[in-house]
Amino acid sequence: MSSKKTVTNIKHSASLRRKIGIGIRLVIAVALIIFSIFPILWVVSASINPTGSLATQRLIPRNPGFGNYQRLMTSGDFPFWTWFWNSIKISSITAVLSLSITTVAAYAFSRFRFKGRQTMLKAIFLIQVFPALLALVATFLMISQAGDVLPFMGLNTHTSLILVYLGGAMGMNIWLMKGYMDTVPREIDESAMVEGATSWQIFVRLILPLLKPILIVIGIINYIGTYGEFVLARVLLSSNDKYTLMVGLQIFAGAQFDQRWGVFAAGALIGALPIMIIYLILQDQIIGGLTLGAVKG
Amino acid sequence: MTSVSSLRTRKDKPSSVLPQILRVLFLIIADAAVGWVLSRFITLGYLPLAAVVFILTVSVNIILLIRKAYPLRWMVVGLVLMGLFTIYPIFFTVWVAFTNYGEGHLITQEQAVSRLLREKYLPEEGKSYKWTAYKSPEGEYALWLIDAEGNGYLAKPNEPLFQLDPEDEPLWELDDKGTPETIDGYQRLNAIVAATDKNLTEILFGEEGRTIQVRSPSEAAELLQKYTYDPDQDAMIDLETGVVYKNLRGTFTSSSGQSLRPGFVESIGFTNFTKFFVSPALRGPLVRIVTWNFSFAFLSLLLNFALGLAIAILFNDPGFPFRKLIRTLLIIPYTVPALLTILVWRGMLNPELGVISRILGNLFGWAPSWFTNQWWAKVAILLINLWLSYPYFMLISSGALQSISDDYYAAAKVDGANAWQQFWHITLPLLLVAVGPLLISSFVFNFNNFNLIYIFNAGGPPMANTPTPAGHTDILISYVYNLAFSGSRGIDYGFAAAITIIIFFIVGTITLLQFRFTRMWEEVSENV
Repeated sequence: MSSKKTVTNIKHSASLRRKIGIGIRLVIAVALIIFSIFPILWVVSASINPTGSLATQRLIPRNPGFGNYQRLMTSGDFPFWTWFWNSIKISSITAVLSLSITTVAAYAFSRFRFKGRQTMLKAIFLIQVFPALLALVATFLMISQAGDVLPFMGLNTHTSLILVYLGGAMGMNIWLMKGYMDTVPREIDESAMVEGATSWQIFVRLILPLLKPILIVIGIINYIGTYGEFVLARVLLSSNDKYTLMVGLQIFAGAQFDQRWGVFAAGALIGALPIMIIYLILQDQIIGGLTLGAVKG
Repeated sequence: MTSVSSLRTRKDKPSSVLPQILRVLFLIIADAAVGWVLSRFITLGYLPLAAVVFILTVSVNIILLIRKAYPLRWMVVGLVLMGLFTIYPIFFTVWVAFTNYGEGHLITQEQAVSRLLREKYLPEEGKSYKWTAYKSPEGEYALWLIDAEGNGYLAKPNEPLFQLDPEDEPLWELDDKGTPETIDGYQRLNAIVAATDKNLTEILFGEEGRTIQVRSPSEAAELLQKYTYDPDQDAMIDLETGVVYKNLRGTFTSSSGQSLRPGFVESIGFTNFTKFFVSPALRGPLVRIVTWNFSFAFLSLLLNFALGLAIAILFNDPGFPFRKLIRTLLIIPYTVPALLTILVWRGMLNPELGVISRILGNLFGWAPSWFTNQWWAKVAILLINLWLSYPYFMLISSGALQSISDDYYAAAKVDGANAWQQFWHITLPLLLVAVGPLLISSFVFNFNNFNLIYIFNAGGPPMANTPTPAGHTDILISYVYNLAFSGSRGIDYGFAAAITIIIFFIVGTITLLQFRFTRMWEEVSENV
């Protein structure tokens, strides 16, 4: 009898310990969640705080309202929508073009056997090890020189910025893409070739539809990276109407930050929202891609 | 059978004629356009850029014309863009690192010489005049000059001076000062328009060798060329004084140390690199920057990984309540563009008005000066980086944890190992094997984490008495940015590029370690 009782006691105390363990961990989780979302809550609160300044802000503002958002829409010296549009435009064009370039090149690497193929793949791998940030000065000087002859791709143009982004397009993503393409059986190609299809037709009609999952992941990671990119845009763009959202907000926050705090918060929230939504919806796919080696900008 | 063989023959036939012609036509047009761009680059003296454009154009022609290069046609756009915007900047960085490119040395030698050749001086016996400007409807200029004796002259570019004889009947209607209102269709410019017209000071009036130029709003004078270039000595000679200015590392300098502006870009060997290692003025700031750069990258990695791993272990249990929700809430910092949240943190840490300072002030009656005290600035940067990056480490650690087999833990329990021992002897070593390469990449990323440093406090608080702008939280790459783009003092692209190369060697060494550590290279090779 007594031995049975001890067993249940031990069982009981083990489940109690487990419950206490979970309880402690839940407390830790709450503390961590506060740490993680407090800045976000603070920005939300700032954006609906009617006085709009840093000094008067409380977590739950008195008389909350959308005054800061209205100022954002109408303010002339702060062309928020132009910046927002510039960012979306540049990121979309870059993502689509970069995806096309990478996919087409990866197809050739995956399906054709030619001399120098391995060397080229390794070279591409090695080149992307060099951080693009380090070539910043040279890139700036180069674009400034190119602009002396071809003004449409000189300093302060979106064309030059997109071209520079595309220069790094092949980098690591070609490896991801080629790796995925290698898993698509070659028999598909071969049977189509017997039917008389050209390589281009095979690529567009047969292979491309099968690549949809990886195309989405690489495209989105690229889009998010470009959207959040700051340094190159800061260095290459120099006028208020050409800035991307990141550059614009950084410069806007540079002067009288404490007075502009509310408007800044509204702008930052609108700017961050599309990316946050994409992330939270596609978290599993994106995280998979990120740990494979694609880098967040 | 027949159909298959006919298909084969069709496939083996060279592609039909029309696309061929179109392709060649396209190439001719594109080559012509590139040729024009090339010639402009060469005239402007942008030789490295011209060289790379030339090489790429030739390669593209080969790829598009030679049948054997067919697979490369699929990647030609990517290769060209990569060549221009990734590979060329690397080579250009190396080239710039060995030059004095920077403030006072921004243009090529040809440009500097041609600018100096345009300089003029007023000889002792030279005449000076009061002037009035006229402009024709076609945009041509003329001057009406009055010398010290009161004689009037008409001066046009490339024509001898025309003196109006006071005895003769005036050709044009003169005002009370003896100045014509209009001259043969040339309209008189009022004094303000003339004084602000930039073209006017550039034009040489009068015949060759005795030209007259506008020097100031009140004076035009007969000027002579001041300098001439002597290619044998690679020197400028002052025609007025006879002083020889020799090319000394990109500046024309006389034997007495006088130098001419502007200077130009010139190769200066390893000077930029030796400056980095031995310059006494830079030693202080650079040692601090490098020390902080390494500490920052290392501490960030340690803190962020420790927190991320701790969270991953705490909530690894699949039966844990709200596990998915907790994960989603905890990765939120990672989903916001980092730049925006760094700015938000800057607002929250504001010493008087920010929420964190206010809370600390209420609790302890004191809050650190996050922006002006160098140590607190460093703490703030590490804190922000922790907030930004722990979700990433949490994600990769929890992925790796799930791949560790339960058998190890079962065996350890049999041996009587406690949780702490299990962590040190099983979890951590196995985890490090899995996430090691990502940790190294993360170290490299933080080593060059420009955004955080620059946006939080622009590297500040500034160090005192440095030859170029430097701050206590500056890392090498933000110091490079100051050197190249700060626009305040001492812009020095050459030195900036040299430091960039030094950073590359540091980063390259670490990456090489990563390859060895993970045998990634072998994997890559197998994958080919």
